[in-house]
Amino acid sequence: MNDRLAITLNVNGQSYPVTVEPRKSLADALREDCGLTGTHLGCEHGVCGACTVIVDGRPVRSCLMFAVQAEGLAVCTVEGLAEGEALHPLQRHFWEQHGLQCGFCTPGFLMLAAGAFEADPTIDEAEMIDVLSSNLCRCTGYQNIAKAVSLALQDMRAGV
Amino acid sequence: MNWIGRSLPRLEDPTLLRGHGHYVADLAQDAAHIRFVRSPVARGRILGIEAPEGVTVYTAADLSDVGQIRPVLERPDYVAVGQPVLPSDRVCFAGQAVAFVVADEAAAAEDLAEQIFLDIEPEEPVVDLDAALRPDAVPTHPEAPGNVLVEGRMRTSGLDAAFAGAAAVVELDLRSRRQSAMPMETRGGVARYDQRDRRTTLHASVQMPHMLRTGLADLLGCPEADLRVIAPDVGGGFGQKMSLFPEYVALVWLARHLKRDVAWIEDRRENFLASAHSRDQAFTVRGAFDAQGRLLGLEADLRSNVGAFSCYPVTCGVEPLMAFAELPGPYKVLEYGARSRGVTTNTCTMAPYRGVARPMLTLTMERLMEDAARRLGLDPIEIRRRNLIDSFPHRSPTGLVYDAGSYIAAMEAAVAAVDLPAFRRRQAEALTQGRYLGLGISVFSERTGYGTPAYAARGMAIVPGYEQVDCALDPSGHLELRIGASPHGQGLATALAQLVADELGVVPSQVRVISGDTDRTPYGWGTFASRSMVIAGGASKLASAKVAAKLRAVAACLMEATEAEIDLEGGLARVRGTNRSTPIREIARAAHHRSHLFSDLEGGLRQTAFYDPFGTFSNACHVAEVEVDVDTGGVRIERFLVVEDAGRLINPMIVDGQIHGGVAQGIANALYEEMIYDPDGNLLTASLADYLPPTINEIPKIEIIHMETISDATLTGAKGVGEGGTIGAPAAIVNAIVDALAPFGVAINETPATPERIRAAIRSARENRHE
Ligand code: FES
Ligand code: FES
Repeated sequence: MNDRLAITLNVNGQSYPVTVEPRKSLADALREDCGLTGTHLGCEHGVCGACTVIVDGRPVRSCLMFAVQAEGLAVCTVEGLAEGEALHPLQRHFWEQHGLQCGFCTPGFLMLAAGAFEADPTIDEAEMIDVLSSNLCRCTGYQNIAKAVSLALQDMRAGV
Repeated sequence: MNWIGRSLPRLEDPTLLRGHGHYVADLAQDAAHIRFVRSPVARGRILGIEAPEGVTVYTAADLSDVGQIRPVLERPDYVAVGQPVLPSDRVCFAGQAVAFVVADEAAAAEDLAEQIFLDIEPEEPVVDLDAALRPDAVPTHPEAPGNVLVEGRMRTSGLDAAFAGAAAVVELDLRSRRQSAMPMETRGGVARYDQRDRRTTLHASVQMPHMLRTGLADLLGCPEADLRVIAPDVGGGFGQKMSLFPEYVALVWLARHLKRDVAWIEDRRENFLASAHSRDQAFTVRGAFDAQGRLLGLEADLRSNVGAFSCYPVTCGVEPLMAFAELPGPYKVLEYGARSRGVTTNTCTMAPYRGVARPMLTLTMERLMEDAARRLGLDPIEIRRRNLIDSFPHRSPTGLVYDAGSYIAAMEAAVAAVDLPAFRRRQAEALTQGRYLGLGISVFSERTGYGTPAYAARGMAIVPGYEQVDCALDPSGHLELRIGASPHGQGLATALAQLVADELGVVPSQVRVISGDTDRTPYGWGTFASRSMVIAGGASKLASAKVAAKLRAVAACLMEATEAEIDLEGGLARVRGTNRSTPIREIARAAHHRSHLFSDLEGGLRQTAFYDPFGTFSNACHVAEVEVDVDTGGVRIERFLVVEDAGRLINPMIVDGQIHGGVAQGIANALYEEMIYDPDGNLLTASLADYLPPTINEIPKIEIIHMETISDATLTGAKGVGEGGTIGAPAAIVNAIVDALAPFGVAINETPATPERIRAAIRSARENRHE
């Protein structure tokens, strides 16, 4: 198709030159053109939050954003959350608290919580739980997601 | 070192947390994509399928060599209906795949699909369960004129006498509305054709890979060896991903036909329309009680809407026959009569969903106990105490044998934990302020870990149930456990690693569990029906014990001791009472490379075991405290408590996780989720904006108390725990709502208890009072 556009996506600090149709969602471009399949699609209509990534410091549903809209913005996906071998506090507490079962919703929850903290480092626990209500998980009954995020919030505040 | 009983963080998680998991859509890169063209009407005749010039559309005509999906129950009351992979003459539900197109990319395939015109002459469908049973109802399939595809009937000889002698007869009509299991990951598959060996590998988001391969090979008419099925990381299943769906057959057929890689990743709308639905059930029951509240007899008419076809392999009997066999639940039912029908309609096919029929039958029995207590002026806890089974093994009127459990003790523990008298005071005080609080309990049994006898009793032509495990210690001293079960989020790899680590004296991280690949695992049935820890766990224990025995023999020979003196622990084989030891790694090496030194190494350090247990019953008591807003009909769950007895806990953290997730789905069933069809058979709830799974805000903190009855019905002492949360929660919540609305004398016997239904019940109670 000749109406494709050549753009450069900046994901996890790396440049990805890609050629995409203008209608292509950021989620699809991340998955198909950048090979970053950690961002999942649960509904493609903006409800489940499985596709959440951080764009310029805020959590965004990447199924509702066009790839071309992300040009020039800093995108962070779950693949960029850990620093090398060291897991991000959210990842660590999700692991220790059993905050995931099938793991399909997990990247979305991690990026949602990380993005909410990045957008507002003073966010308190109750506000954070309210933010989490924008994503769906079918496995965990949210119990351990709430625990993991609360513990991670303390660590993130303390900068560990 | 005892690994069993520890809340070990899961071995599966680091990969998933880093976004490195491989779900099926992640494997679809570079494959061509299929898009199905689906019927826009619930019922009709296919007059033609039109494609613009140059567009290839695949239809039933292309698949003329492919068989029909036609699962069989060997019982006279079963009508086997065939489901074509693509229909040639008529469509049976809105969303049924009628044709497909293929393109290099998913979006291009969607564009093509939009250009295909299905010329279908609509006919009047039959949608509603009870409407389908009316004598003048149009048959969904000509083979089943009355729309009944399966029917179970029984009546014990003393039932009439029980009713004749009853002090009170309680009658109830209950309704459970249709739901979707709705895994977060939809269905999907990638079929890769290998030119070299002419095999096709299907990666698919499924719970039963071996069964899927058998079904595919049968339908395509090829040897099973031509196919390989792999379940990669699977984003939840809950029963929805057990069945052989037409889409997978079409996908594999196309890969073989085009000799190229093709993928099908369904979208959420397709998942709602055309995967599988569940729980569309209506029960009419009568209970005969004596003056002391003892349940003398139970009579039931059980109807289940099984949709358009019969799911393979478990068939459309799964809901109706489970309801039929297990209705008495945890209660001593002396006399029993039931008729249970699976009714076909022009709606999406029913398939198992976590709990299968038991959420509804638990709701039924728990509403019955509450009503009977009210009628007889008894305390609702006391009436349960008098009826709960208390001696084991217990034999139900349908012939089920219950192993030891803690039915009464679990209820007493739950009641004590919630402090009922204190709640009643709070409730009375709230009422003076116009606030309506309620407390509800539900006691239930959960039949788990059942092997072939249970499925054979249902008359299934394909009898699932056993599991095989292949356990091998390699020359480096690492263990591979190849299992026929196919976990998809349950943490089974971790739990099994804990189990065999104890058997062999190694650490769980040395155990690699391999599952979900028909080339690399022994034939098995997959993961469903709360079976994997019991059955795959039992087989793992047996297989690893055989390897341990070989290890001891080799160690004994190397260290000049007897086998009985060898302990395997901490990665060492030790001679008991001495300081002599050899690392297990060295023993493994010797067994492989110096085998000439040892006698009887038959099978070496690779051993297989088979386990097919009769089954075991877990039990639990759930308590819900709610507040009902009588002006809006809204319900808030203030407290939720679970007392669970699933036998020995292998990994308590994982067990709790299963309970949490199950209860959340039970809450969804009780209050929120409903698949709604309009009278023409159009699905009104085909998006997540219309179908409402709960978020973190709707799920309260779930408190859990464990009891551990160790039963000899399971090798590991563990009972199944996968479904209990889902089974018990709806009844506890509905009972709590009824308790809250006691001042209005309102009965709620339908789930989900939506604000609309609660308001309607309050209104009608008020009107009745004014009449
Ligand atoms: S996939 Fe984006 S919100 Fe569901
Ligand atoms: S862990 Fe499976 S959907 Fe959240």
